[in-house]
Amino acid sequence: MATKIGVPPAPAAKGAALSKEEIMRYSRHLIMPEVGMEGQLKIKAAKVLCIGTGGLGAPLGLYLAAAGVGRIGLVDFDVVDSTNLQRQVLFGTQDVGKPKTEAAANRLRDLNPDIQIDTFETQLTSANALELFNDYDIIVDGTDNFPTRYLVNDASVMTGKLNVYGSIFRFEGQITVFGAPDGPCYRCLYPEPPPPGLVPSCAEGGVLGVLPGIVGTIQAAEALKLIIGKGDPLIGRLLLFDALAMKFRELKLRKNPDCPVCGTHPTQKGLIDYAEFCGVRGEEAPSTVTNIPEITPKELKARLDKGDDIYVLDVREPHEYQICNINGHLIPLGELPQRVHELDSSKEIVAHCKSGKRSAQAVEFLRGAGFKKIQNLKGGILAWSDEVDPSVPKY
Amino acid sequence: MAVKVIIPTPLRAYAGKQESVEVEASTVGQALGALTTKHADLKKHLYSDDGKLRSFVNVYVNDEDIRYLQKDQTAVKPGDTISIVPSIAGGANRARI
Repeated sequence: MATKIGVPPAPAAKGAALSKEEIMRYSRHLIMPEVGMEGQLKIKAAKVLCIGTGGLGAPLGLYLAAAGVGRIGLVDFDVVDSTNLQRQVLFGTQDVGKPKTEAAANRLRDLNPDIQIDTFETQLTSANALELFNDYDIIVDGTDNFPTRYLVNDASVMTGKLNVYGSIFRFEGQITVFGAPDGPCYRCLYPEPPPPGLVPSCAEGGVLGVLPGIVGTIQAAEALKLIIGKGDPLIGRLLLFDALAMKFRELKLRKNPDCPVCGTHPTQKGLIDYAEFCGVRGEEAPSTVTNIPEITPKELKARLDKGDDIYVLDVREPHEYQICNINGHLIPLGELPQRVHELDSSKEIVAHCKSGKRSAQAVEFLRGAGFKKIQNLKGGILAWSDEVDPSVPKY
Repeated sequence: MAVKVIIPTPLRAYAGKQESVEVEASTVGQALGALTTKHADLKKHLYSDDGKLRSFVNVYVNDEDIRYLQKDQTAVKPGDTISIVPSIAGGANRARI
């Protein structure tokens, strides 16, 4: 069958056996012929490395541990923060401030004390990736940035490991299996990461909390299928999921013979550490705008309190204005060129956004349009909350 | 009947926030040309300065990658669906601006 190309034989489970307690625990697997004792022993013998214990890593870790995967490695250098809890269901409120690998390991050991959890509280880099991957059978990619995704791909190709890939954006997910001997890799699909500045604007970040749950759970299902050697894995198929439309679509992926990493004449022999850039962790690219006149939140507050006639221009999006605002006039950055006539160039204007980067662009644009009395609020509404009015919520 | 072009979430902001658009075209190149003429902002996200599709954007006609068909010259017929599929990296997506 075409879709079965390149699936390596599932690891043999010689000499392993299930205890009486394990037989009880996994009975719902054991009574299904597709898994059975043979499959469960393969699951017990399997070694899976999860890159990232965030939104995707949470369901992955939970379902793989619950299924009895004998050894699970967790790689993450991050610490749990309260904004994670909206989707990273591995963690509870009491975990805020703890290293993610530690909190995740505690949760997974509670879920299944019979399995081995290895924690690596480190960033995956070109220096440690190959060594880490060598100890495992399957890699699951639950990272949140392009540099690590290319690293995971290249290292999995170079170590001959399957790479169960999932990624998400807002309401959309992409899932596939890379790295099978005759199947495509991530670079067959996208040879290079996007350059800074061309990935979606960070103002459009965010993710529906349940989306990584769905995508990560599909990754977990693929990993388990690969382990037991049953079914048709997503090798050579890219599954697209749109939670808003509630639709799945499937596209064909092909191994690119000219792929720099897995092609017939690979040109890239080593790993590459790409620099982090916008979109990587939801942060904006360093602003190229310089020499923008700025005003600090405290200075602005003092001038407004004095009764100075200052027009506060908020260039964020309407949904951000609903989260918090300082009574600015809302014109989203993208609408500024069409709505510039709403502004009076004879008045003093202070532009602000969340952290000051989008408003710097607005100031640059307006100065180009002939506005002279315009300043950027340094640090945006976040700085306003820190320095002037702590009752303004931060997001 | 026209050809449907599905716009992925990350690029909708540059295409009037639409999920898909219908265009009259007989090749993929014409369809994307019609789309980027109407939505000029979309162009730099799809094409590099030398006019090539960017390496982090793939285009499919139905479920086939046009790189393995006739690229921009790939014929489309009424009822076909063109999908623009950019790479997305999110897994945790911490939004910080």
